[in-house]
Amino acid sequence: MSTPHAAAPTDDRAGRPDGPHVMTTASPKVAIILGVVTLLLAAVVAFGSQTGDTTFRLSTRRDLAQLPDVTVPANATAWVAIVLMALATAEAVRRYLARTKVPLWLPAAYGVVAMIGFLAWAAAGATLPVIGLLAGALALAVPLVFGALGGVLGERVGVVNIAIDGQLLAGAFAAALVGSLLGSAWAGLIGAMLAGALVGLVLGVFAISYFVDQVIVGVVLNVLIIGLTSFMFSQVLAPNAATLNSPPRLGPVSVPLLGEIPVIGPILFRQSVVVYLLYVAVAVVTWSLYRTRWGLRVRAVGEHPQAADTVGINVLRTRYRTLLIAGATAGAGGAFYTLVSVSQFNREMTGGAGYIALAAVIFGKWDPIRATLAALLFGFASNLQGVLSVIGSPVPSEFMLMLPYVVTVFAVAGLVGRSRPPAAVGTPYRKG
Amino acid sequence: MQLALREVTKRFGSLVANDRISLTVEGGEIHCLLGENGAGKSTLMNVLYGLYRADEGQIVLDGEVQSFTGPGDAIAAGIGMVHQHFMLVPVFTVAENVMLGNEETGFAGSLDLEAARERVREISARFGFHVDPDAVVGDLPVGVQQRVEIIKVLSRDAKVLVFDEPTAVLTPQETDELMEIMRELRRSGAAIVFITHKLREVREVADRITVIRRGQVVGEAEPSASNAELAAMMVGRPVELTVSKKEPELGAASLVVEGLTVVDPAGLVQVDDISFEVRDGEILAVAGVQGNGQTELTEALLGLQHHVLGSIRLDGRELVGRKVRDVLDAGVGFVPEDRQVDGLVGSFTIAENLMLDRSFGAPFVRAGSLQLSALQEFAEEKLAQYDVRAPGITTPAGNLSGGNQQKVVVARELSRELRLLVAAQPTRGVDVGSIEFIHSQIVATRDAGVPVIVVSTELDEVVALADRIMVLYRGRVVGIVPADTPRQVLGLMMTGEPPTGDVA
Ligand SMILES: Nc1ncnc2c1ncn2[C@@H]1O[C@H](COP(=O)(O)OP(=O)(O)OP(=O)(O)O)[C@@H](O)[C@H]1O
Ligand SMILES: [Mg+2]
Repeated sequence: MSTPHAAAPTDDRAGRPDGPHVMTTASPKVAIILGVVTLLLAAVVAFGSQTGDTTFRLSTRRDLAQLPDVTVPANATAWVAIVLMALATAEAVRRYLARTKVPLWLPAAYGVVAMIGFLAWAAAGATLPVIGLLAGALALAVPLVFGALGGVLGERVGVVNIAIDGQLLAGAFAAALVGSLLGSAWAGLIGAMLAGALVGLVLGVFAISYFVDQVIVGVVLNVLIIGLTSFMFSQVLAPNAATLNSPPRLGPVSVPLLGEIPVIGPILFRQSVVVYLLYVAVAVVTWSLYRTRWGLRVRAVGEHPQAADTVGINVLRTRYRTLLIAGATAGAGGAFYTLVSVSQFNREMTGGAGYIALAAVIFGKWDPIRATLAALLFGFASNLQGVLSVIGSPVPSEFMLMLPYVVTVFAVAGLVGRSRPPAAVGTPYRKG
Repeated sequence: MQLALREVTKRFGSLVANDRISLTVEGGEIHCLLGENGAGKSTLMNVLYGLYRADEGQIVLDGEVQSFTGPGDAIAAGIGMVHQHFMLVPVFTVAENVMLGNEETGFAGSLDLEAARERVREISARFGFHVDPDAVVGDLPVGVQQRVEIIKVLSRDAKVLVFDEPTAVLTPQETDELMEIMRELRRSGAAIVFITHKLREVREVADRITVIRRGQVVGEAEPSASNAELAAMMVGRPVELTVSKKEPELGAASLVVEGLTVVDPAGLVQVDDISFEVRDGEILAVAGVQGNGQTELTEALLGLQHHVLGSIRLDGRELVGRKVRDVLDAGVGFVPEDRQVDGLVGSFTIAENLMLDRSFGAPFVRAGSLQLSALQEFAEEKLAQYDVRAPGITTPAGNLSGGNQQKVVVARELSRELRLLVAAQPTRGVDVGSIEFIHSQIVATRDAGVPVIVVSTELDEVVALADRIMVLYRGRVVGIVPADTPRQVLGLMMTGEPPTGDVA
């Protein structure tokens, strides 16, 4: 089904005298969403009126350049934000009626204003550590982003990767074990990547060579790895915790200069090496997927394996290789749990993060950058919930916990633009 | 390079698609493969290309026996193939499709897209083909996709070239260009296999002709043989090559299109403010080079396009803005130009495909359940009537040969009560024997008092079927002229030249 669209002629004839001329088509979707969110926030603030001031703290104690705290009246700020949001909505409506496209900055700016308004209202009477909120969000998102990258790679080459959760968990386990045994966090990280790749290989054998339903293999693998790691944990790791379950940590390292930039520095550049690795991974995956021969072939195999075959690309080998890389990427995310967050393995410690990563893949439309942003959004929502419940806010924390999933449902329902998976995803390639 | 196939046999289950076929093609020779739909031509070529594995027999290049494990090996041995069902990635651009598998790279394996674009431009210029290297292939009409598929093969230096029905959706001018290219390749010593159902082309370029029927070689023919002789040899019976039709009995103008404008998702105006009428019992043929709005026009008539301005009235009822379901219920039959994308569900059986758009009620569905016996009877009847060569009605449509798939689509659309028939490339890839039948069915639909729109790149088909001819160029109507307009005039109109003299 299509949403109603409208078109209006413009006089630009695409530069050519008799070429097809151009018309813009516009959709009311953006305007409707902005309007609904504005009304929701207005309703919340009107019914749950707050008194007092909200303080946004923009520096940490370790910063060289200390920024002053910003204190604003809670209710008034919220209302100012709502007015700004209403104006942005009006602009979106105006653009729709004038049949011009809504530029991306409009919803982006709208989102920032909405968040500030909401936080001012929700944290009334308290101090909100902005740096802590955002840095914590990033930390929560790290395994999600790694997992999502693994998911994007797998699906782009045509294999549904439900096993992300298993890969994260296997990575966490291997990082703890190998790191403790060899006394090196780096060895642990490599162990994690190998473990993830191994899960990818098993998935590949069943899904690519034996044509088993990919969703089923993925789910089975997840359950298997939960069982395996839990068993090993209680039988082997827990009794010998000192030698087998106490890997060295990869603590935060401040990047010289970058780490001193106000606000941004403490959020992005005073993190563990694993996080820096993540930045590199996002950049490398994006670049490789869109700009290299390898990426072109991966995408071709995921879209139309037979066409790839007819130009001499080995479909099965490409799928295997990509699944191994995807597994290693997700495995590295697992290492974050045991080498950075806490320095020991625990039963089922991913808490289903792999499924959220999968949601980020879909929300991100199978694109590494968008999937990363989606994972960051999920990380932010979880951390916001934590911070708000600590400083005591009127929003029930269960409600905040719901947010990432609500967002996912909307995304999958196609509200955030058409979301189209690679055409051959889930179908094994058989030759005649 | 000399190519020899020796005693090649390929079976699909119990069906023998190729039965001990032997074929030799010398370097510097164009060898035509003729045969009715389902004869086994594409299968044989797919074996040669390493896509299928022969059950028995050998492929020999310059005296050396080859053992291909996949197309990669065949390509390495110097074989190139234009596939009947295009092997193009729909979400990629033209340049990406052309470079795939043969990429020029720079630093760390990075793609050199500019080089690929240049290559596309260069080859299309040499051809006289207009192809934008940055267009997304899935958005292109089949005729343009065909050009891309050809460019893809020409961009690699193959010594053995297989063209599997490359001209099914090309205009006569484009076909001439392609045949010139084939002659040039022949001069450079390439061995060429050319498959087509158009006998004019065969006689024009073939050095040798081999005819295949039901998986076996039935003989060789001389390029000097007449159309009728060739056709008889292919089908095994004499064939009527011209459509006999009565003068039209025109009724009311029941299809009225006014100010129709179609805008594609990128905002380009593909159909630009066109107006025309079709009367009951009349065939309006739409001619023109593909990519000039024909695809969008037919899709708009069916309600498949989203940004449509203007009006389409059938029997006085507005169709613009209605759902496809409603349009179908209004009695519109539609033969889409790309049978594999829009016409069939490949994994469904022939019978299921024959009732695809009739799943809402009698006779095939009652109280929500399929009426299997009614469906079976209907499917068997259509199979026989349209001469679909298939093991049975439960064969998956995707396993049929190209021409047989086309017959299934046409059979489905023509066997409903119609108030309007829109047929795009109705005989694409269909053999001479079946073209005759499909044409007579379309004429019978007209004679039953239904307005008919036929879109075709084949001028012979346009002239044979049309009561009036409408020529489109860059989304606009160049003119609507009588069926007996000389071909040169039509050819000029297709390049945007308005007709002089009287207008129908
Ligand atoms: N993958 C497949 N599985 C089963 N049967 C097949 C398959 N491919 C082709 N066939 C059958 O093999 C026979 C030969 O098909 P083929 O495609 O070679 O015919 P063709 O000569 O190319 O015909 P056309 O002119 O219609 O393209 C047909 O009967 C077809 O149904
Ligand atoms: Mg064929």
